[in-house]
Amino acid sequence: MVPIEIRDVSLIYDTPGGKVPGVKDVSLNIGASEFVCIVGPSGCGKSTLLNIIAGFLAPAAGEILIGGKKVDGHGMDRGVVFQDFAQLFPWRTALGNVSFGLEMKGVPKDERDRIAREQLRLVKLEKFTASYPHHLSGGMQQRVAIARALAYNPSVLLMDEPFAALDALTRDDMQRLLADVWRETRKTVIYVTHNVSEAVYLADRVIVMTPHPGTIKAEIRVALPRPRDPLSVEFLDYQKQLLKQLGQETHA
Amino acid sequence: MIDSQRSKIRGMLSLLVAAALYELVARSGYFAPALLPTLPTVARTLLATITNGSMIEHAAFTLYRVMFGFALAVVVGLPLGILMARFARIEHFFLPLISALMPIPSFALVPLFMLWFGIGNLTTILIVFYAATFPMVFNTWSGVRSVNPLWLRAAGAMGADEHRLFWKVIIPGASPFIITGMRQAFLRAWIAVVGAEMIAASDWGLGWVIFDAKEFLNTDVMLASLVVIGMIGFVFERFVFGSLERMTVMRWGMMRAAKG
Repeated sequence: MVPIEIRDVSLIYDTPGGKVPGVKDVSLNIGASEFVCIVGPSGCGKSTLLNIIAGFLAPAAGEILIGGKKVDGHGMDRGVVFQDFAQLFPWRTALGNVSFGLEMKGVPKDERDRIAREQLRLVKLEKFTASYPHHLSGGMQQRVAIARALAYNPSVLLMDEPFAALDALTRDDMQRLLADVWRETRKTVIYVTHNVSEAVYLADRVIVMTPHPGTIKAEIRVALPRPRDPLSVEFLDYQKQLLKQLGQETHA
Repeated sequence: MIDSQRSKIRGMLSLLVAAALYELVARSGYFAPALLPTLPTVARTLLATITNGSMIEHAAFTLYRVMFGFALAVVVGLPLGILMARFARIEHFFLPLISALMPIPSFALVPLFMLWFGIGNLTTILIVFYAATFPMVFNTWSGVRSVNPLWLRAAGAMGADEHRLFWKVIIPGASPFIITGMRQAFLRAWIAVVGAEMIAASDWGLGWVIFDAKEFLNTDVMLASLVVIGMIGFVFERFVFGSLERMTVMRWGMMRAAKG
């Protein structure tokens, strides 16, 4: 897998009320196969940063290198998972959704069906290959979306609050599943969330961002063995540390 | 299965009630039977004209004109609607034109088209085409603009180029609107053809039959033709477009049946 370098990236939003800095002078190095979570309050620019890395937005200044290659628009070295369940194509079955990227790559049908099945097995949906998204629960739809983003074998997985719209119990299951998937695939992951316990559970390193303008305020390396126990004292300590970083900002 | 049977029975019921009401008025004696024939009379005429083949032939002519004009409307309206939604310049050029032309009833154009194109198939087909194109363009245009931007983003991230974005995302994504557009276009086509045939058809077509029957006070022929028009429309609406919808957008959960 490949490292990601983010160098002095800035982005300014043109709004009717004037120019608003979305992200300002963000620099960050992410190691190959590292799992990085970006946390911060709404409007801190975390999703904007992710969209720049995904290539959906072009930065006003700075550059991003993925495996030493400069990002220019979207590319198949990155897989993207969004928060909205509606990201799946409703006219395609789970299998059809997962094989979309392979189809774009020109992989023959037998081969892409085989790979798509494998990916659906990875997210424990092998029984639902023929189901259309509207017959699947929210959690299952998000698992299809993860399998879809992994199927064409990108080296980087970008996730924008993929479990934020799920209920708490399902979210716990999904976090465990994602940790397993990451352990198996060893992708470099950038995961945006506002959920502190989720960040501590998943990340090697948590980046804290603050708004107006969106900048990196702190980073915390989570040195806990996996699988992590969310009820352990150490886990809660990390959560407290993160909340302190975030809380200081909101009281300032 | 039980639900679909129930809805069929309900559909039959509403038709039966309407027929019974008509029959009651027709037999009330207030109106001349020549003007308001009873349903058995209409049924006899219908059966007779079907068995001697004339009704079938008239219906075939009408259907031919509808299908030809409708197909033209789809062939022109679908790409135009898509282009309008994708390119601002095309939208700016065609939108005022469409807004100005759409409110003109197709019927009002029949005399003009007759002078330009003569009496017969060409005029009726062009009238049908005129009537059916606008709903096709409008719905396609709305449909493409309402495609979820997240689908485009996801597909782009997975390496879809413009060409495949179009065929694999935009077209299926806009399909609920496109199917609605086809439905409305067909309905408009069906309405337009009968009007056009009354004036601009020579000797053939259901519209012509109705208009011709007026000369001889053949109200039973008029009503029998109306029944045929209604039945063909019903078949297309319920079976052709209905099953197209069930096989696609309803199966995909992009459109739902009404509850309860």
